[in-house]
Amino acid sequence: MRVGVVTFPGSLDDADAQRAARIAGHDVVPLWHGEHDLQGVDAVVLPGGFSYGDYLRCGAISRFSPVMTEVIEAAGRGLPVLGICNGFQILCESHLLPGALIRNDHQKFVCRDQRLRIENASTSWTSAYDEGQEVTIVLKNGEGGYVADDETLDRLEGEGRVVARYLDLNPNGSLRDIAGITNERGNVVGLMPHPEHAVEDLTGAGTDGLGFFTSLAGLVSLTAAIS
Amino acid sequence: MPKPEILDPQGKAVLGALPRLGFSGVTDVRQGKRFELEVAGEVTDEVLAQVREMAETLLSNPVIENYAVRVLDPAGEIA
Repeated sequence: MRVGVVTFPGSLDDADAQRAARIAGHDVVPLWHGEHDLQGVDAVVLPGGFSYGDYLRCGAISRFSPVMTEVIEAAGRGLPVLGICNGFQILCESHLLPGALIRNDHQKFVCRDQRLRIENASTSWTSAYDEGQEVTIVLKNGEGGYVADDETLDRLEGEGRVVARYLDLNPNGSLRDIAGITNERGNVVGLMPHPEHAVEDLTGAGTDGLGFFTSLAGLVSLTAAIS
Repeated sequence: MPKPEILDPQGKAVLGALPRLGFSGVTDVRQGKRFELEVAGEVTDEVLAQVREMAETLLSNPVIENYAVRVLDPAGEIA
C-alpha cells in the first residue's frame, strides 16, 4: 500500500514512521502539512513530535493545517489514519477521536519500554495482532494522560473501542489505563506509545510495534473489493 | 480554565510549591490561560459572537476546558 506520513513544523518521528512503513513492505509518500493534497495514498500516519512547539495545546494548531482538512474528510470515507503520540493529540483536537490528552499526572516526561495489551485486534492498524496479545512498545510523552467524561469512557469500553491498555503501571495517569482508542468504524486509531520505534531488533525493545504497520496489508483485498 | 473534574497537574505543582515558600492556607490551585484579543473598532454583539466562536474552536478545547469572555477597555479594566 501507499502510506502517507505527514510532516508538521516540529514533527519529530516522521522519518521513523516512514521507515517503519517501509519495513512493513509499504511504499512511503511524505506529505506536507501545508498542502491540500494526500497524493492518493491508501493510509495516513500522523507522527509524534512537538508540532507547533505544543503551543496553545498539543495538536491544537496542527489540527487546522491545510492537510488536515483532507485527512478529516478522507477519514470520514474510511481511509486508515494512525495518530501516534502528537498525532493522537491532533486526532483528538480534530474530533476524529473523542476525549483529550493532558499533562502526565506526575508532571514529568516519561520514557520507557511499556507493556501493553492489544484490546481490539479488528481495527485497520491492529489486525496483525491477536486480541489480548501482550506487547512491549516504547512510550515517551509529557502530555499523554488520556481523559474523557465517564459517559464517553463507558461508550468506548462498551463498543470495544479501547485499542490498547497499559499493563504493569499506568505511566501518565490515563483514565482506565487507556493507551489507544479507535473511532466507530475502526479506521482511525490514536496511540500514545510509539510502534514506529519498535520495528527492528537493532534498536529498542524489539519488534512488537511492526504489527501496526503490517496490519494495513490485510486491508488490501478489502480495498480492492470496495474500489 | 480546566474543567473542575479534569486533573490539573500544573495547578497541583504550584499548590505543592506554595508551602515550601512559607505561604499557608491555600487548599487548591487551578491553572488556566488568558488571551487578550485586540479588535478594531467597537466591541459589538457581532464581534463578541465571533470571539466566542474563536474561543470554542481554537483558543479552548471544550472537552477539557471552560472559557469566559470579558470586554476590557484599553486600560485593561472591565468595561
